[in-house]
Amino acid sequence: MFTFRRIALLVIALAVLGCLGAGGLYAFNRVTYANQIAETTVPAPTADQIKRGHYLALAGDCVACHTAPGGAPYAGGLQLNTGFGIVAASNITPDRDTGIGGWTTKQFILAMHRGIGDHGKRLYPAMPYTAYAKVSDADLTDIKAYLDTLPPVNHAVIANQMPFPFNIRLMMIGWNMLFFDFGGAEYKADPTQTAEWNRGAYLVQGLEHCSTCHTTKNFLGADEAGKFLHGTDLDGWWAPDLTSNTRIGLGSWSEDDIVTFLKTGANDRMVAAGPMAEAVTNSTQHLTVPDLHAMAVYLKSIPASDDTGLTPVPPTDPQMVAGRAIYGDNCAACHVLNATGVPGMAPAFVLSPSVQAQNPENMIRTILAGGHVAVTETNPTGAAMPAFDWKLSDAQIAAVTTYLRNSWGNAAGPVTADQVAAKRQQIGARERN
Amino acid sequence: MAMKRPKADAVIIGLGWAGSLMANELTLAGLNVVAIERGGWRDTSGDFPTSMDTDELRYATRRELLQPLSVETMSFRDNPSQSARPLRDFNTYQFGWGAGGAGSHWNGMTWRFLPNDFQLYSNTVKKYGANKILPGMTVQDWGVTYDNLEPFYDKFERLAGTSGKAGNIQGVIQPGGNPFEGARARDYPLPPLERTQAAMLFDAGAKELGWHSFPVPAGNTSGAYTNPLGVHMAPCTYCGYCEFFGCGNWSKSSPNACILPALMNRPSFTLITESEVMKVNLTPDKKLATGVTYVDKSGREWEQPADIVVISAYQMDNVRLMLLSGIGKPYDRASLTGVVGRNYANQTIAGASVFFKDEHLNPFIGAGALAQAVDDFNSDNFDHANVDFIGGSNMLIHSTNGRPIGLGNAVPPGTPRWGSAWKKAYQESYQTANSIYCMGSSTPHQDVFLDLDPTYTDRFGRPLLRVTYDWNENDKRMAHFIADRSVEMGHAMKASLVVRSEPTAKPYSPMDNLSSHTTGGAVMGDDPTTSAINRYLQSWDVPNTFVCGASAFANNGGYNPTGTVGALTLWAAEAIKTKYLKSPGPLVAL
Repeated sequence: MFTFRRIALLVIALAVLGCLGAGGLYAFNRVTYANQIAETTVPAPTADQIKRGHYLALAGDCVACHTAPGGAPYAGGLQLNTGFGIVAASNITPDRDTGIGGWTTKQFILAMHRGIGDHGKRLYPAMPYTAYAKVSDADLTDIKAYLDTLPPVNHAVIANQMPFPFNIRLMMIGWNMLFFDFGGAEYKADPTQTAEWNRGAYLVQGLEHCSTCHTTKNFLGADEAGKFLHGTDLDGWWAPDLTSNTRIGLGSWSEDDIVTFLKTGANDRMVAAGPMAEAVTNSTQHLTVPDLHAMAVYLKSIPASDDTGLTPVPPTDPQMVAGRAIYGDNCAACHVLNATGVPGMAPAFVLSPSVQAQNPENMIRTILAGGHVAVTETNPTGAAMPAFDWKLSDAQIAAVTTYLRNSWGNAAGPVTADQVAAKRQQIGARERN
Repeated sequence: MAMKRPKADAVIIGLGWAGSLMANELTLAGLNVVAIERGGWRDTSGDFPTSMDTDELRYATRRELLQPLSVETMSFRDNPSQSARPLRDFNTYQFGWGAGGAGSHWNGMTWRFLPNDFQLYSNTVKKYGANKILPGMTVQDWGVTYDNLEPFYDKFERLAGTSGKAGNIQGVIQPGGNPFEGARARDYPLPPLERTQAAMLFDAGAKELGWHSFPVPAGNTSGAYTNPLGVHMAPCTYCGYCEFFGCGNWSKSSPNACILPALMNRPSFTLITESEVMKVNLTPDKKLATGVTYVDKSGREWEQPADIVVISAYQMDNVRLMLLSGIGKPYDRASLTGVVGRNYANQTIAGASVFFKDEHLNPFIGAGALAQAVDDFNSDNFDHANVDFIGGSNMLIHSTNGRPIGLGNAVPPGTPRWGSAWKKAYQESYQTANSIYCMGSSTPHQDVFLDLDPTYTDRFGRPLLRVTYDWNENDKRMAHFIADRSVEMGHAMKASLVVRSEPTAKPYSPMDNLSSHTTGGAVMGDDPTTSAINRYLQSWDVPNTFVCGASAFANNGGYNPTGTVGALTLWAAEAIKTKYLKSPGPLVAL
């Protein structure tokens, strides 16, 4: 994905900036900031604080990255494929040797706000400190108070598994200078907006760190300017547009649609699957309805991304004709012939933002490998889409995906068999029988 | 030396409907529950994917989801003078295997027994005199009434997502429902399924005869549904592949679809699969259970200690586990004493095949419980003063299993069994044939019972269960009567050919696959000399052991048993929660 020339340029740029930063400006900035945080004389946390901290830790979805598959919660070890190499999430249980048991609240806030870890070690932005920088000191203090109540787990994690040159942590100083707005980091309420809107913005931009997945990254992995929540590719999944775009974003969803989706993992039109299912199961379902509603109010206020009108592929197109037949034979039993779906189980396809997404990869990979609907307290069902990789050819999947993207009021680019073949290879799906 | 697991509040043997419902209730009550299931884990979406062809040979003919004979069989004889032989084909018997048990591969007819079924003895004596009951019959009341169970039938229907039409809401007869049913608090959670052409012909026939036709209550969803546990179900697609199949479409009431998604998420619940319980362990004085011993799939022996033991395997296995564990006195035919194995019953079957001319019944449109029925001749819904039997039968026409192999024999009598003449007849019959199925009550008799086989043993060296069963005179008379009624129905439906069927005219054979609905053997009641468990399904002898399932039925009604299994289990669970946990000990004083 990166040419040698680009990598070379990148290394030089970051090294120069890193040296500059380490030697001067940035060190000053860091020292100044560190001194602003109250010293470690934090009073013993109250039960209420710990409870709040638990809630906020759920909102931050810390457990998602800081738990290895089958491992102890918060004990770290999950390997994150950043596109630059592997970063393993650290152990954040209060174990003194391998976790953050020896950390002061101040150190914790420094890591969350500035990406500065133990002994000044630079964190990679896979840890979304650019988002957590928005979170108030009070909230972070409570999160630390909660984490301190967890059972300490002795589990050493080798966090930095990046290849050279990305394994040079000091480069992150340069990265931060380029992409991290220290001055504007902490969330500042917009006085022209309601308290609810501000609460929503605080959660969406901060703890929930939605932009980590839903905003396009530049070639150095930082949020691309002017593309906030416009949707992007995420390690083979498409994290959809969350702006008010009515065709591919949340423009056609009501605030209640958003709340229901985040609370239960599904609404009447859509289900959460893939990485979003995990986000709902681990995080958003635990948020209160007022907090979710605040997020919905804020999300609905984000201006629509640009969208040029598309003409649907005509029903007479050979792909459409084949796709219609494949849909009737393989999909209609659950998604219903008129594509209205089953609430909480099988998504509807009528005027569907996810079906029309700029990139059809979610549909292709779900048809190939299947998928599970988020499991939540309110919807424990766990309905699943079966895999069709063994059953449908690349051309058949391309046809049915094209048909879905251009029926029932949808209009989106056709899908080719080559796209399906590439996805089949990328996710290790089976060949057709 | 058995390895020992940490003690649980309750251990549940078998995770079918009864085990799942009990585990759900007990975990909701705050108990730490361990369930041990002989078969494997079965997931609705993962194990029954809708993308797979419904393979009739694999699942219906070879019964891949059912308990295999390689695990265990049982021995059978018609009467006590014969010597029993082990079955080499389960045929009529269809035992669950795996999480969900038989509840994952059943058809879904979700009946409530009639009020009379629970008080068959006292009602008969009161209305017709004690002589109405033929000698040798061991008819007795259940110790529980329909009114006791009504809230629990209702609860089960809500959990299961039953589709149907009420016939009696709080005493008010509802048009289109079953007017003979016991009063219900409210209607079914879902409206009835769509009707097929066969159902409409049946309905027209019933109207002509003055009988009261209604849609059979179905564990097949007529629409999208969310149950009280928050589990979603999707509308049935009428594929007709219910019996012997799991439903990956989330449209069939089953533990897998309705209970397990919520249950499996609870940290207080543990499921151990592919592990077989050897016995319930008792204290030396045999007055209390201490837990169970089981063997895991690697052959290692484990002990699972628990304060409460719930036996909720298949009806036959419940009885066998009690006998193997020494819970309750075994029934002894010679002295007519003992209770475990007593009052075994089956289902009394009769009916008629119907063939039409120029009809398109489209049997490929079906569902496991898509049927139209009349109850005019069930239980005591009609006056028995002028007939020489008690009990009766439901009568229905069923639109399901429109499967190419299974319907191969549904050709007019005299058709060759193979070759071009058979093919021609089958082509015609596939669209024009169906049958009127009468699912009759089965009354208990002293010559019908379950005990441990004196000769044959299982893979662990434990005695097999021995079944001694034949139709009794009362039930044969009932079947003769109801077969006549089904012929009347066939003619009223304007069938061009009606073929009467009365299987009870010859000795019972488990190789005829008439009905899998076996009941009794560990029956509930008010008298410990005639019942193994009290009205709360609690062992009279070992009060921290509860035995849930159709094994509790004192007699079998003219319906399939699942609705009543569900209601009884929820009734027992309520008693455990509200009475037993507060004061562990016998819930019925002697």
